[in-house]
Amino acid sequence: MASIKMRAKVDDGVTTIKALISHPMDTGLVKDKKTGQTIPAHFIQEVVCKHKDTTVLTANWGAAISKNPYLSFKFKGAAAGDTVSLSWVDNKGEKDSAEATIK
Amino acid sequence: MTSMKRRIFLKGSLATGAVGIAVSTGLLTPRVSIAAWSKAAFEAKDVNGAVSALFGSSSMSDSDKISIKAPDIAENGAVVPVSVTTSVDGASSISILADQNAAPLTAEFILGPGAEGYVSTRIKMGKTANVIAVVKAGEKLYSAKKEVKVTIGGCGG
Repeated sequence: MASIKMRAKVDDGVTTIKALISHPMDTGLVKDKKTGQTIPAHFIQEVVCKHKDTTVLTANWGAAISKNPYLSFKFKGAAAGDTVSLSWVDNKGEKDSAEATIK
Repeated sequence: MTSMKRRIFLKGSLATGAVGIAVSTGLLTPRVSIAAWSKAAFEAKDVNGAVSALFGSSSMSDSDKISIKAPDIAENGAVVPVSVTTSVDGASSISILADQNAAPLTAEFILGPGAEGYVSTRIKMGKTANVIAVVKAGEKLYSAKKEVKVTIGGCGG
């Protein structure tokens, strides 16, 4: 549960979402310096943000998104007090989600 | 009996092999509209390959309605903040590519109803490259690019 930090703020009808996700985002190209073994790819593939059952943003990511990804975007049609949810799935099938109340 | 099984096995592996080749050569373009993660696009080795795997076409027109905010010089290629703002009418997706990366496509953002033409994230860049933003509106593709110098070793050079 604790992998996502999210803030949502509405200003003049436009809601801005800012989210930070804790994730290693390994590309599968880097070698472990100690063992010489390649660290297998492990990265978030899909992030979905919903407001009242409407998907406002779907992000398809490759391994070239930085470690501990940051994501920000804006959308219209929400009001203060509404709930937005964010969820992610990675290439190993791990997932997490979080909700935030729009301020 | 064993030869029978072997026959079936061979048939099966041949069939999947053919599909795999078709996907990797871009004959079977995975459609972006079903929001599926496009393996072909993310594994493509060049910008045109990635864009055509993603959208089925790589013909893009330059647009001044797309602005990319990224540093001129990034000291750390592992964390390059990139923001893309677009005022293209009916923009349905924003994709961000770094043309010198081993796999240029970094992210594709599909804008849902109500979403503004703005996304911001942080990407990894292997070396100095153009950051390219591709915006899809209707059936057309618009693009803009910005060069980001990546300093190796962080010596500020």
